[in-house]
Amino acid sequence: MIVARNLTKVFRDKKRGEIRAVDDVSFTCEPGKIYGLLGANGAGKTTALRMLATLLSPTSGSATVAGFDVVQQPAKVRASVGFLAASTALYARLTARETIAYFGSLNGLDAECIAKRTAQLSAELDMDEFLDRRVGTFSTGMKQKTSIARTLVHDPDVLILDEPTLGLDVMASRGIVRFVRQCRERGKTVIYSTHIMSEVEKLCDRVGIIHGGRLLAEGTLDELRERHGERDLEEIFVKVAGGEAVA
Amino acid sequence: MKLRDTLTVYRKELRDALRDRRTLVSMFLMPAVIMPAILFLFGTVTHQVLKKSRERPPAVAVLGGEDSPAVVAELMAREGLSVEYAPKDWRARIADKRLRAVVEIPGGFAASLAANAPAQVNIYHYEGELQSGFAVGELRRFFTELRERTLAARLEARGLPPGFAKPFNILVENVAPPEKVGGNSFGGFIPYLLILLSFTGVIYPAIDLMAGEKERGTLETLLCSPAARIDLVLGKFLLVLTVSLTTVACSLASMASALLVGGLALLGSGRMTAGLSQLGSSAGGDALPLLDPLGLVGVVVLVLPLTVLFAAAALTISLFARTQKEAQTYLAPLVAIVILPAVAGLLPGVELNATLAVVPVLNVALACKELVSGVWPWAQLALIFGSTCVYAAAALGGCVWMFGRENVLFRT
Repeated sequence: MIVARNLTKVFRDKKRGEIRAVDDVSFTCEPGKIYGLLGANGAGKTTALRMLATLLSPTSGSATVAGFDVVQQPAKVRASVGFLAASTALYARLTARETIAYFGSLNGLDAECIAKRTAQLSAELDMDEFLDRRVGTFSTGMKQKTSIARTLVHDPDVLILDEPTLGLDVMASRGIVRFVRQCRERGKTVIYSTHIMSEVEKLCDRVGIIHGGRLLAEGTLDELRERHGERDLEEIFVKVAGGEAVA
Repeated sequence: MKLRDTLTVYRKELRDALRDRRTLVSMFLMPAVIMPAILFLFGTVTHQVLKKSRERPPAVAVLGGEDSPAVVAELMAREGLSVEYAPKDWRARIADKRLRAVVEIPGGFAASLAANAPAQVNIYHYEGELQSGFAVGELRRFFTELRERTLAARLEARGLPPGFAKPFNILVENVAPPEKVGGNSFGGFIPYLLILLSFTGVIYPAIDLMAGEKERGTLETLLCSPAARIDLVLGKFLLVLTVSLTTVACSLASMASALLVGGLALLGSGRMTAGLSQLGSSAGGDALPLLDPLGLVGVVVLVLPLTVLFAAAALTISLFARTQKEAQTYLAPLVAIVILPAVAGLLPGVELNATLAVVPVLNVALACKELVSGVWPWAQLALIFGSTCVYAAAALGGCVWMFGRENVLFRT
């Protein structure tokens, strides 16, 4: 479970002054549910997720992930989280197996457990053919599968996915969507950030629309449609974000 | 802090580095093959150039000397010189390197010698030109012999003994042991080389492991793991240290092999004996200059914390940079900053004292010079080792602190 309470992140820049990248954001994401964080580029999605993954510390507010406080217990939070983002790349000179083993070891798994998890993930993600090849020679889809395996090696309760389909082709994107659904079925808590409306419609149980660092609207898709009198999520988004809706 | 995590990161980085062609080139190929090959090539070419220069007698010309035909004839018959009469444009010919030197024999030179009157011979040459230098040397030898023969004849004519004009001899003799002479002569070069190699050895891996990972996006992946930041830094730091020390070890091994093989070959050909005997004569009798082997061990012990300092500092700087290019921009000028105190240690008159013992790099350079000479100033050595360890620990602490700063890790 993820609980964010008044989460705020302020960056100080010499030229631009104070930037409130995330401003007083609160939401709850429950196990077995996918929470979609919808926002344009620069809306504050990545900063919010990086705070949940303990890569950044909040300026104010608090958050607990899998019952652990992101400020007080960052190592325990990271041990409970699988974080996958477009910006989390892989080591080109390691094989897929070595990559999984490396992150398994850093998550405290022993060699036997790593071997077992590698075999399991390889079968699930259909990675047997390229498991012992170096990542540098992989196609985008292969890399994405390896990234997923790396994220899941320690079987985390919580998944934080930051625009995981960014730059992927249709087939690789469908693979990600399928994988996220499987995680929900297994009772994982999933938070999924994107600016692609169709992915939100396909996947998310609850949606939070973030703009300018503030969470402007939140609810199930049906609740949002009812509240804003629109069927199309894109129209809802533009309305909420203060842009001009297309008639 | 968990040792297991540190070792996990170290093992992964080592595996990664051993698969990286650029690391292998900078760690093994460059110091073990390319550098010695360049040095060997340079040495061979220099030797050949010098050999050719010496084999071909330099062209010199005689200006004047019409009334001293015996002297001129003797000079023209001199081996090792190709002598002709000076043309009108002899100055231009020296500048064009068609003539290497011109000797001007004054009018009435032979008559002056016979009449015990003073005379002056002028030699004109091209300052700094190698062949011109050879020509001047040969001309100087010819006229020195002539002067000595003339003096001997004058003494004999007056019934005076040959020692009359030379009341006493001056003998300069070295009493310092060979290892001290060796240490003083070329001992300073060894720490300079070690310092330079250990610093250049840290640059590439430090850039790759911090700025490179940032740029490639793998650092964020790594930061998602529950491993403590200190373990991540230490694992990476150990790899940088390993690469640097391996670079130094490979360089030293290849240079030692080259010296050994080259030395044996030279000894076999007899060329080295002549060269070494010159050094030996200054080192006391037939003894050749040596380096104290125990001193060399001491040098390695002092260079070790310095390498730790270099590794930690390079990692910190690389971590601060956004990209590998930016890291290179920061680290490349540092080579000069490191070399300067190392070179200062080579300068004559710069001696180790309590103040210099706490100046990083310079202190190690000066201490190493003493150590290879077999001198062990224990108090200063302790101060140097201690201060370098403190600097190294501070640099490593700084690196760990920087690794915890999100505005550095996510600097864009």
